[in-house]
Amino acid sequence: MNRRHHRPWLAGVALAGALIAGAAQGYTLEEFTFEDPAQFEDFRDLISELRCLVCQNESLAGSQAGVAQDLREEVYTMMREGQSREEVVDFLVARYGDFVLYDPPIKPSTYVLWFGPFVLIGGAGLLLWRAIRRKKAEPEQDLSPDERARLQQLIASRDTQRD
Amino acid sequence: MKGSKTRALIPLGIFLALAALLFYGLQLDPRKVPSPLIGKPVPAFELTSLKDPQQRLDRELLLGEVSLVNVWASWCPSCRQEHGELLRIAREHDVRVIGFNWKDERASALLMLRQYGDPYTVSLYDPDNKAGIDWGVYGAPETFVVDPEGIIRHKQIGPITPEVWEEEIRPIVEQYRARNS
Repeated sequence: MNRRHHRPWLAGVALAGALIAGAAQGYTLEEFTFEDPAQFEDFRDLISELRCLVCQNESLAGSQAGVAQDLREEVYTMMREGQSREEVVDFLVARYGDFVLYDPPIKPSTYVLWFGPFVLIGGAGLLLWRAIRRKKAEPEQDLSPDERARLQQLIASRDTQRD
Repeated sequence: MKGSKTRALIPLGIFLALAALLFYGLQLDPRKVPSPLIGKPVPAFELTSLKDPQQRLDRELLLGEVSLVNVWASWCPSCRQEHGELLRIAREHDVRVIGFNWKDERASALLMLRQYGDPYTVSLYDPDNKAGIDWGVYGAPETFVVDPEGIIRHKQIGPITPEVWEEEIRPIVEQYRARNS
């Protein structure tokens, strides 16, 4: 009857499998050679931070798409020519837009994206703080003197009625 | 008493605003990445004509009248899908359609034009994505609307359907054509 509870470890195996598959990227960059290994590292880091526009959940480093290969070659050529990382990024952004960057730049059109969450958290915190403070300041709604008198009157009248 | 009633409506208001925002987000197609080239002059290029390898073409070609620059390839099924619409636009509307044959082979590109008809005044030939990168092309079909001064005014990503033509491209074409005459 209780078959559903038999193999809790299966979920763990599935999760581990998913994570390992995510870590393995099926693309070799062997064709791109640099004299300086550090430069190759820079190249690999850079193309890992650029998004492939065709298959948008892949980086330029991991994508098999034809356009991604063209852009890898372009980035490779530019870096071999000694152009800096900024120059390569500016080159691509000028043509494909900020979308090629996984990290959107901070500018007026992305302020909401970068600061929105903090504004929301701050606003919610402020409301919470105000609510708590109000609760503390006026713990219970006290009766006004008029209401108090009326209450006494009611109690008294009930007592007399019972007698 | 009235004040607290209004306050109780605030969360509902926030919810509706958020729902509207997310619903709007659902309508957007993340595959359509806006081009940073809108409003800018077409990038300089030097390509040959698809039909005549001796004929050199550059951005001068795009000056003087409104053009649709249509990125296409024979390997691209959506290009074939929009091909009929391009033929119709070139025939029925006074607009120049210029081909941008992209990452293709000359022979198969020419074969496709023979089989399905040729809507293009002329077709640029860019087999190894030399000019394509400068134009920010990342797929086919894509279509740029270029005004008579050679400024890119619009980019359509994906096939041109009759609706896309009527609603998105035609108004822009007519706007810049009117300004020119």
